[in-house]
Amino acid sequence: MSKFGKKKKGLPAVNTAALPDIVFMLLFFFMVTTTMRETDLLIKPPQLPNATEVKKLEHKSLVSTIYVGKAKPEDQAKYGSGDKIQLNDKISTVNDIANFIYSEQEKHNPEEIPYMTTSIKSDVACGVGTIHDIRIELRDINALKISYSTRKGDLKANIK
Amino acid sequence: MARKELPEINAGSMADIAFLLLIFFLVTTTMDVDSGISRKLSEKPPENYDPPVIKQKNILEINLNRNNQMLVEDEEMEIKDLKQFTIDFLDNGGGIGKADEYGPGKKCDYCNGAKKDDSSDHPNKAIISVQSDRGTSYGMYITVQNELLAAYTELRNRYAKKHITGQYAGMSYDDLLLLSGNDKENEALKAVIKKVKGAYPQIISDAEPTK
Repeated sequence: MSKFGKKKKGLPAVNTAALPDIVFMLLFFFMVTTTMRETDLLIKPPQLPNATEVKKLEHKSLVSTIYVGKAKPEDQAKYGSGDKIQLNDKISTVNDIANFIYSEQEKHNPEEIPYMTTSIKSDVACGVGTIHDIRIELRDINALKISYSTRKGDLKANIK
Repeated sequence: MARKELPEINAGSMADIAFLLLIFFLVTTTMDVDSGISRKLSEKPPENYDPPVIKQKNILEINLNRNNQMLVEDEEMEIKDLKQFTIDFLDNGGGIGKADEYGPGKKCDYCNGAKKDDSSDHPNKAIISVQSDRGTSYGMYITVQNELLAAYTELRNRYAKKHITGQYAGMSYDDLLLLSGNDKENEALKAVIKKVKGAYPQIISDAEPTK
C-alpha cells in the first residue's frame, strides 16, 4: 500500500508559468491583425458577388460602407421584401445617404475628404436599379470614389 | 544579513485573465480585408448641359435586360465572349486619337487591332456604355464590369511589357501595381503607371437604367 502512496507524491507539478505569455502573444496577434466590428447587420448578410479584377481598399478609416440586401425573413413584415439599404445601424432610404456621407466626412480632415471611398456591399440578387439610385445620390453630393465590394472567386456563382 | 523570504505571488490566474481578453478580441473584431471593383463616378453635369456628340463607332454599347441576358452592339452575346470583343474594340486603332497636352491627336501606334473603319478610332476615344435594367441582378452587372476591367488589364499588361523602357522594362501592369503598393512614394513608378493608364484609359459609363 505504501508503495502507491509514494509514487503519487513524486509527481512534479507541470510548470504553467509560461502559459500567460503564450496567451498574451495570441492576444497581441489578434489585436494587431483585426479591426473592430462596427455594425450589426440588420439585413440578411449579403452574398457578395465574385470578381477577379479586385483591388484592395486601403485606409479602412476612410471607407464608409453601405449595405444593400433583403431584410431578414423575420423582419420582412416590418420592412417589406424589396431591396433594403442599411446605413450605420438602421435600415434607411436612398434619401438618407447624403446625410450619412456628410456625417462620415465630418469625422475627417477636409484634405482627406477627396480620398474617402464609399464601399457598396450588395447582395448578388439585388437589382441594379437600387445601386443606380445610390450612385445618383453619391454623385449629387460629390462623393465620387466608390467600390463595389466583391470577393475573389469564380464568376459563375454570380448568375443563377 | 538575514533575508526575509518573500512569498511567491500566485500567477496561476494570469492565464485566465489573458484568455478572457483574447476571447473578447476574437468576438468583437473581424479580420476580413475589404476588396472590390473600384470606380470613379462622373461629376454631376451642370444644368442645360449638352453632352458632346460622340461618333457611334467609338461607343461600345452593352445592354443588360432583366433576365440577365446581354446584348452587345445589338447582338446577343455570352459573358465568355465579352472580354475578347472588348479587347478587339478598344485595340482597333482605326483612326486618330484625341488631342492632348503633347499636341494634336495621333494614330495609335501601339494598337494591334484590325484597324477597321466601323470600330473605335483610338483607345482614348473608345467609350464603353453599359445600360442595364432596374431589374438586372447585381451579380450580372458586376460580372460584366469585371470582364470589361479584365479587357483593360490585359491591354495594359501588354502595353507595359512592350513599350515601357528603362528601370521597369518588361514588367506587366499588374506587377507595376504590386510594386507601387509596397512603395507608395516612388515618383518614377507613378509616372510609369500613369503612362500605361493613359495609353488605355478606362472610360466606362453607366447609362440610366431602363424601367
